[in-house]
Amino acid sequence: MLDRTKAPEFREIAHISLKEPVKKQFANGLPVYVFHSPEQELVRIEWIFENKYLDEQNENPLLNSALCALLKEGTTTMSSAEIADKVDFYGAFLVPEYSFDVTSLSLYTLNRHSKVLLPLVKDILTEASIPQEELNTYLRNNKQKFQVSIQKNDYLARRKFYNLIFGENNRYGRTPKLDDYDAINREQLTTLYRKEIAPNNCTLIVSGNVSNDLINELEQIFGFEWQRPEAAALAGSPILTQQSKGLAYEEKENALQSAIRLGSQTISRTHPDYPALQFVNTLLGGFFGSRLMRNIREEKGYTYSIGSAVATLKHTGFLTIATEVGVDVTNATLVEIEKEINLLKTTLASEEEVDLVKTYMEGSLLGSLESIFSHADKFKSVLLNDMSLTYYSYYMEQIKNMTPEKVRDIADKYLDFEQMVKVVVGRFNQFEPIHQAVVN
Amino acid sequence: MVSYQKFTLENGLRVLVHEDHNTAMACVNILYDVGARDESPEQTGFAHLFEHLMFGGSVNIPNFDTELQKVGGENNAFTSNDITNYYITLPSSNLETALWLESDRMLSLAFSPQSLEVQRNVVSEEFKQRYLNQPYGDAWLKLRPLAYKVHPYRWATIGKELKHIEDATMADVKAFFKLHYNPQSAIMVISGDVYYDEVKSLVEKWFADIEPGQKYHRQLPQEPVQQELRRETAFAPVPLDALYMAFHGPARLEEGYFAMDLLSDILSRGSSSRLYRRLVKGEQVFSELNAYVMGSIDNNLFVIEGKPSEGITLEEAERAIWGELDLLKKELVSETELEKVKNKIESTNVFAELSILDKAMNLAFHELLGDANGINTEVSRYLAVTAEEVQRQARAIFNPENASILMYKAQEEEIRHVG
Repeated sequence: MLDRTKAPEFREIAHISLKEPVKKQFANGLPVYVFHSPEQELVRIEWIFENKYLDEQNENPLLNSALCALLKEGTTTMSSAEIADKVDFYGAFLVPEYSFDVTSLSLYTLNRHSKVLLPLVKDILTEASIPQEELNTYLRNNKQKFQVSIQKNDYLARRKFYNLIFGENNRYGRTPKLDDYDAINREQLTTLYRKEIAPNNCTLIVSGNVSNDLINELEQIFGFEWQRPEAAALAGSPILTQQSKGLAYEEKENALQSAIRLGSQTISRTHPDYPALQFVNTLLGGFFGSRLMRNIREEKGYTYSIGSAVATLKHTGFLTIATEVGVDVTNATLVEIEKEINLLKTTLASEEEVDLVKTYMEGSLLGSLESIFSHADKFKSVLLNDMSLTYYSYYMEQIKNMTPEKVRDIADKYLDFEQMVKVVVGRFNQFEPIHQAVVN
Repeated sequence: MVSYQKFTLENGLRVLVHEDHNTAMACVNILYDVGARDESPEQTGFAHLFEHLMFGGSVNIPNFDTELQKVGGENNAFTSNDITNYYITLPSSNLETALWLESDRMLSLAFSPQSLEVQRNVVSEEFKQRYLNQPYGDAWLKLRPLAYKVHPYRWATIGKELKHIEDATMADVKAFFKLHYNPQSAIMVISGDVYYDEVKSLVEKWFADIEPGQKYHRQLPQEPVQQELRRETAFAPVPLDALYMAFHGPARLEEGYFAMDLLSDILSRGSSSRLYRRLVKGEQVFSELNAYVMGSIDNNLFVIEGKPSEGITLEEAERAIWGELDLLKKELVSETELEKVKNKIESTNVFAELSILDKAMNLAFHELLGDANGINTEVSRYLAVTAEEVQRQARAIFNPENASILMYKAQEEEIRHVG
């Protein structure tokens, strides 16, 4: 008779092995990393550029995202429509992406079409014309989208959070205002394009079925034919200012829910404690079985979702806890979050809970390696911080070595509710702020 | 090409196995043949609430999530108007744990009053977060009852109103489980780093002794053919006006479905598409504009939604869309344009084969439609569509008497300008 109360025996999780890329360097100095998987029908080619700024003292955060969006909106020989037609006709995807530290252009295509599309990408990277009319359209549509975004409480909370933890004169902390769109002109974008979109500021990552033919083709077009600009690009380190602490409250009279976001700057991936901090974060709010989810969603039903995250940027890291809760439990949620953080700092977690988080994190890392593209993604993450794939062995080792004592010590060292920035956009039912407001 | 093997247990449970040894993970996907369309009009949102309760403990296992996390697995689920779909991904060495967990909740839930109480709250917060506390969040709560008068597609999966969720009782929960959650209504797909023989014996071990239960016979009121244009205007404190146009179209299994889907690609897929090229970029009538097909198993909707540019009225915006729709009725699409959207279908299909979870979900859905192998043959059905068929569908669908139009207007006085 089957005993359904007893779980099947646990079996060790397969060893995690990451695929190392083959590294090359093209004639113009462009570093190239190749992840080859011959059974794939697809290839992904990514040109990754570090973000540069025209004025380091006063960064307009929209300039880089505008440049990114306008890359494929026209070159000296092709219109925006012609580019779009060609990419779509071959069933490919050409995706420009902007993040705090890098701008990238990724081409996803079936192997057989890659050659036709490479000259088009070369054109985009060397001859983009950033047409005024396309810029106008971009600005007009994004101003509209912006007006919708600022009606969303979670968007407003996130903006305010970044302003407060990083300060407002740098790429991480300055969030767009409506006026910023009007301040963008074509000349600035063209200057930025020349500085930033160049082989000496680029890394090429090629994954999927990468034939020798393709490599040769890439080398011809992006190695021999792609010239370095004369002037070196700016180093561009953001100047991070002291973060604020305390409560920032923006009242929304008719809100049904409050968006809550809190956290602080913290260590980045380069710090030896980073994996351990990731562990503590996971236990606190990083997965469905975390303490915050169990307490605030699964026991109290205050929210549809609550989560915490530790994220790495190029020049710093940050910790954030975010949720949207019914307005009647805004304050109660803050109280519970504080309680959970303090509990971690003062009381030992059970061995069982620590073991569960370990296994969960191992499974989650294994599960994140689904195809050759995910191996390339892992590499990309560490490359941002000038680290190598050995980081992941260190990471796994640190996770395996976690103990209840280590969890408490790391929590005590890096989590401090008192010092965190707390943002609430929405409503307190009975207005009893737990900390004095610093901003409105 | 997604290869698979299939077997059916005596209790009616259908099982499909797809081996993919490029990964060290396994995926267990269970589709239950029940969705919001099976709800009573007085108890909407119930299928989705029930999905939440499926994680509240089963008859022999108090905590579903914890047991799964202990072996390195993750899970989630979604409810649509047609189906409820649960999935687990975990290291393949621990596949049996997933089968233990899924079989126990198919056998019976714990029906914990505390879980019901909490999940009623959680779902109410979800209702607020996604539908009520978001700009335009309630548009679909208005558009569905405008487009459907009889068919249960007239309500959204979250339900018509919060009250239906707040009023759910334990007796309702038990009755729903009995009616819809049994081996006969389920399709299970196991994919990834697994071996058929091993899977078969494990599935037999954990699922064979579950009672088949009673077969549910779906008898839904069918939507009568729409006879005249329907219009509704809504006012809300949003910054911009928005336009929603919905047209009835062929169901997922009907002739013409693929041509209709290609129509939405011609109009709106990628930055070379017609609506984007002409109405967003060229004439600048809209700041954003999208067209898509719901993909429903019963009577379908073809939807166009967009936000007009500043200074353009909703009436002008609507006229511009009709202009594009009329063009599709009047002129055949060119071979090049048709080939373009077909090429995208082909390449997207290759991308979908990268993920064992996507493959498992798609196999289950095609099996529900009648043949799991649809996952492999569907592309050729798209490729076979001719320009004439595309035109025929455009002529059948894009008519005023088949349209439901929601004008969502900004109430300017209530907006505070920020930023």
